[in-house]
This record gives sequence, structure tokens and C-alpha cells, in this order.
Amino acid sequence: MSPKTLYDKIWDAHVVHQADDGTCLVYIDRHLVHEVTSPQAFEGLRIAGRTVRAPEKTIAVPDHNVPTTAGRETRIDNEESRIQVQALDRNARDFGINYYPVSDIRQGIVHIVGPEQGWTLPGMTVVCGDSHTATHGAFGALAHGIGTSEVEHVLATQTLIQQKSKNMKVEITGSLRPGVTAKDITLSVIGATGTAGGTGHVIEYCGQAIRELSMEGRMTVCNMAIEGGARAGLIAPDEKTFAYVMGRPHAPKGAQWEAALSWWKTLYSDEGAHFDKVVTLRGEDIAPVVTWGTSPEDVLPITGVVPDPESFTGGKVEAARRSLEYMGLKPGQKLSEIAIDTVFIGSCTNGRIEDLRAAAAILKGKKIKDGLRAMVVPGSGLVRAQAEEEGLAQIFIDAGFEWRLAGCSMCLAMNPDQLSPGERCAATSNRNFEGRQGRGGRTHLLSPAMAAAAAVTGRLTDVREMM
Amino acid sequence: MTPFTTLTGIAAPMPLVNIDTDMIIPKQFLKTIKRSGLGKNLFDEMRHTPDGAEIPDFVLNQPAYRKAEILIAGDNFGCGSSREHAPWALLDFGIRAVISTSFADIFYNNCFKNGILPIVLPAGQVEALMEDAKKGANARMTVDLGAQTVTASDGRSFSFEVDPFRKHCLMNGLDDIGLSLEKAASIEAYEKKISALRPWV
Repeated sequence: MSPKTLYDKIWDAHVVHQADDGTCLVYIDRHLVHEVTSPQAFEGLRIAGRTVRAPEKTIAVPDHNVPTTAGRETRIDNEESRIQVQALDRNARDFGINYYPVSDIRQGIVHIVGPEQGWTLPGMTVVCGDSHTATHGAFGALAHGIGTSEVEHVLATQTLIQQKSKNMKVEITGSLRPGVTAKDITLSVIGATGTAGGTGHVIEYCGQAIRELSMEGRMTVCNMAIEGGARAGLIAPDEKTFAYVMGRPHAPKGAQWEAALSWWKTLYSDEGAHFDKVVTLRGEDIAPVVTWGTSPEDVLPITGVVPDPESFTGGKVEAARRSLEYMGLKPGQKLSEIAIDTVFIGSCTNGRIEDLRAAAAILKGKKIKDGLRAMVVPGSGLVRAQAEEEGLAQIFIDAGFEWRLAGCSMCLAMNPDQLSPGERCAATSNRNFEGRQGRGGRTHLLSPAMAAAAAVTGRLTDVREMM
Repeated sequence: MTPFTTLTGIAAPMPLVNIDTDMIIPKQFLKTIKRSGLGKNLFDEMRHTPDGAEIPDFVLNQPAYRKAEILIAGDNFGCGSSREHAPWALLDFGIRAVISTSFADIFYNNCFKNGILPIVLPAGQVEALMEDAKKGANARMTVDLGAQTVTASDGRSFSFEVDPFRKHCLMNGLDDIGLSLEKAASIEAYEKKISALRPWV
């Protein structure tokens, strides 16, 4: 038998039917659902008189629209948001799917709740009507975002019609230097390959620096595979993966655990397996980075300067010019001298406990810069509770941060947490697109530790100076 | 889904690279629970000032392109979120085909589910069509899905590739779910096999 990649193995284990032209019907093990991309899909089911084929494999949680301030269980002021959340309440009830409503402490960002509750397991296929579904790839699952028509398709059939993607390997050799985190890895990879570098591929992240990451860090890396254009990103499961999964509410127990474990241990790329594309970065070469433009590929080490648009080629020249105008930056300006108005710590990229610990470690005993707005939005109610128990919440509050309830919040600003025109934000989220965090808002993507450092100085700051 | 066979219409040039889904349909319009009515919000922040007035320079606000049915765009069109509101907004505006050197994966899939044809062509050919589109309303292009060609107003014709299954569904306006449910027996057989092999799933 020819050697297979991890992706090949998971794919092969899920093909229900293959047509002569190669089009496959692929089985979906877990379907995660949120309020924004699902109402039209449930409506489609109702119109066609169809049911949810596997409600026990379908998990819903409201996250995109929900306010992150107290009182939201009983009242969401924005009418459209309220209608969407109520629609999810009703759809979850009517179709009998697993549900974590706003009032449940387990509520949070769908990509944080899934792993936390043990829904996400190695070797699974996981989909959600959200591009950051790639997060779950950290467990050695094949996980990717789908559109609403496909949400309806999965609800009705528990399958997707798919063409197999190509295999891409991203290897990070060696170890990271102090102050460098998973976020810096994932941004640096996108900086190296571009936002279309992974198009048509599934990325397997590997190498010593990836192995050395915690599960939280691996989720951060896989989360942004989509920003590199890839269909999915994944990492072979290992002892850290198994330790994270063990004992979670929906993880297998007893004999089933043993059976699962023995299969999971076969989930790695065989020696000599073929990759269509290979990218290698040295862990030692990766620095704490920030974005300067309006595409996640606009990445530079914090020690750098704003680039000259003329230094690019092709369509990127005009795109960079437009970015700098939008961002209010000049070529040659030092990144570490860019003053910020706001700091946002949270999102499915960096809203986990380890992210809050990293930020709190920098903030301990310090205050945020006068006049700055700073917000922490834990990724789930359980992350929030744990952070309170560990004393992290108090560190944030003492430093001057707002300590919010769980949700997607300012990452995409569908709820009331938004930037004003021209407001400049250091954000641990995943997209710096024009208008992403609010019309005219200016986003610099960075790690939680870098965000905390920026909060203290009021400008983009090299976290290594504060360690 | 409306079948797509041939389309002759005005093509609007958008030479910007990395046009993302937040540009195509900003998040404030994702709060709808319907699929229709998003055309007025297509490219909202590029097309309208914050008080709702039209920005005259924006291509789709120019008289020649207000009835455009084809977009010619820079590399990596549709990158970003999975929101199907992006193709819904394009379709509601009247766009049935988008031509670029590359598309983001999820957006590309979403187009086919909504009767929109995304066409990938090499950079030189996209550039030629971009120039042709800049002629304005006189530049009527023809997309022929059956023949897999795009013909510019000057008669130059380019061939494109498309997955045969997707082409079949698009040309016949077929509902994927209906097709997949015809394979219910295969799905049941798979589920039975897996419940023995991987009962924890």
C-alpha cells in the first residue's frame, strides 16, 4: 500500500460513495451550528419537509451576535440579533439537536466549545458554517468551514459532496524563542505563503515547534489555516492530544476509549507520503509579529517598518497603497511607534485559557495606558470561570481591562462591540480586513502577550522588552 | 436554483486583489434570516458613504456598470469568511458570473450552490478581459458554460475548466440535497459499518 498522509487517511475513512469523476460523498461526524449561517438552512429543511438526519452529531451554540455584557440571557437589545438567537433557540428545540443557550455556562464561541466539551475528537470530520472551523484540525480532525447551502445539506444527509484537496506540509523546525507564540507561527506562515498560498490544499502542520505547542497553541495555528487560503489545517494527534481529550464530557470512556485510542495512534502521515507543496520555516527565525495592512498576509516582525507599496509587485502594489491609506500609515514608519486606541483579547483564535494566562503574565501589577479602551472576551463561559478561579480576571480588571462574557465579540463586530471610524485596535483575532471590526476601524493582529504589552504602552510593542 | 447555460451581459472591472467577503457583504447585513434582498448591500462600504449616499467612483455606481452581470476581479476573490451572504448579495444584485485568476475555496463552492459561475483563467487572460470590461456598457461578454468559453466584446475567446459534476448541476439547476438523498442506502450502510468500527463517533 502506498504511504498516506494524515489527510488521506481521514478522507479515506469517511468516503460514503465515490462517483466515476472522483466526486465523493463524505460522511460528517460532527456538525457545529451557530445563529448567523444556519437560519436559512433550517428554513430550507422545513420548506422541503426534511429532518435533521443525525441530531446527536449536531451541536449548536449562539456566539456571533450575542452581547458580552451582563443581562443578555433575558434581553438582547438589537432586534435583528435577538431574532437570530431566538431562531437558533427554536431550531435547536424543534429539530432536537444538542444546544448550549446563552444562559448556559458552557456557552461560548463554537470552536472553543466543541473541543472543550469533547465533541471534537481525532480522526473525525467536523464542519460548521464558519471559516474558522479549521481550529478543530489541532486534534487531527479534518475540519473546515462550509456555506449555508452546505449546512442544509449536512443537516439533511450528514454528508457533503466533496472533491479531494491536495496535500500541503508546513513544517516548523526547531524551537520558538521566548516571547514567540503559536499566533506568531500562524501569522508568519501566512506572511510567507500569502492568503492564497494554501488554496486547494489541506495543510498538515508538523515539526518540533508544532509538537512543543500545547493543544491551545495548536488550535491557534490551525484556526488561521483559512487565512492562508487552505481548506483545512491539521496536526497529527499525540499524547498531548489524548491527554486533552480524556475525561471530557463527550469523549469516549472505558473500552471505547481504548478502542478509540488505538485508532487515533494510527493517525499520522506515513514515511514517504506525498505532499504537493512543502513550506518550511525555522522556529528560531520566527519573531513576535504584527500586521500592518488589511490582509492577514501583511505581516512583519514588530522590529520592522511599514513597507513601501512600491516594493511589491503586480496587483499587490495597488492593494498595499489602499491598505496604507485605510490604515493611516506611512511607508518607513516604525511598527513599534504606532499608537493604538483599543485592545481586544479574545476570539476563536486566542480566547482560550492559555491565551488569557499569557496576557495576564504581562499585565500583572501593571496598568493600561491612560485613555485606552481594553477588553477581554473569554472564548467560553468555562474559560471565563477558570480564569476567575486562577485569579487572571482580577489581573485584567486591576490593569483596567473590561472583563466580558463569552462570544465572538469584536472579532467581527456583529454585536455591540465595535470600533469607530479611525479607531486603531491591537487585536488577538484573525482578520484585519477593511471594516471587519467596525466601519473605518483599523486592526493590527498580534498574539495575546503582544496585545497585553500594547495595552500597557499604548502603542504596538515588542513584548520581549517587557519579559 | 436557476439553471446557468449561457449569459451575455455587461462585465464590471474590479482589479483589486484579495477582495474579501467582508467587502462583498459587511457583517451588519448577516443578521438577516432570509437569503433574498442583499443586492442593495453588495459591496456596501465601498459603494455607499456611512449616510447611505452612493460613492460615484465605485464601479457598480457608474452608469455603464449598474446593470453588470459579470465581475472581472483581481486574484483570490472571495477570501475570508464562509458567509453565503456573499453569493446571495451578488446574485440579488444580478451578478451571475465572476472571473478571476483564483478564488477562495468556500466562496467558490458557495457560488455553485446559488447558480453563480466562478471562472478561473490565467493572469494574462483575466487582464485582457479586465481591459475589455473597462470599455463600459459596450463591452458585453458572453459566458457559455456548455462550451466552457468566455468571449470578449472584441471576439477573443478563452476556454475555462469546470468540474463536470458541478457543471451538470449548474446547467440543470439541480438541488444537491435531492441528489445526495438518492444515495440514502449508501449513507445507511456507511453508518452501520462505522457504528461497529468506531462506535464512539
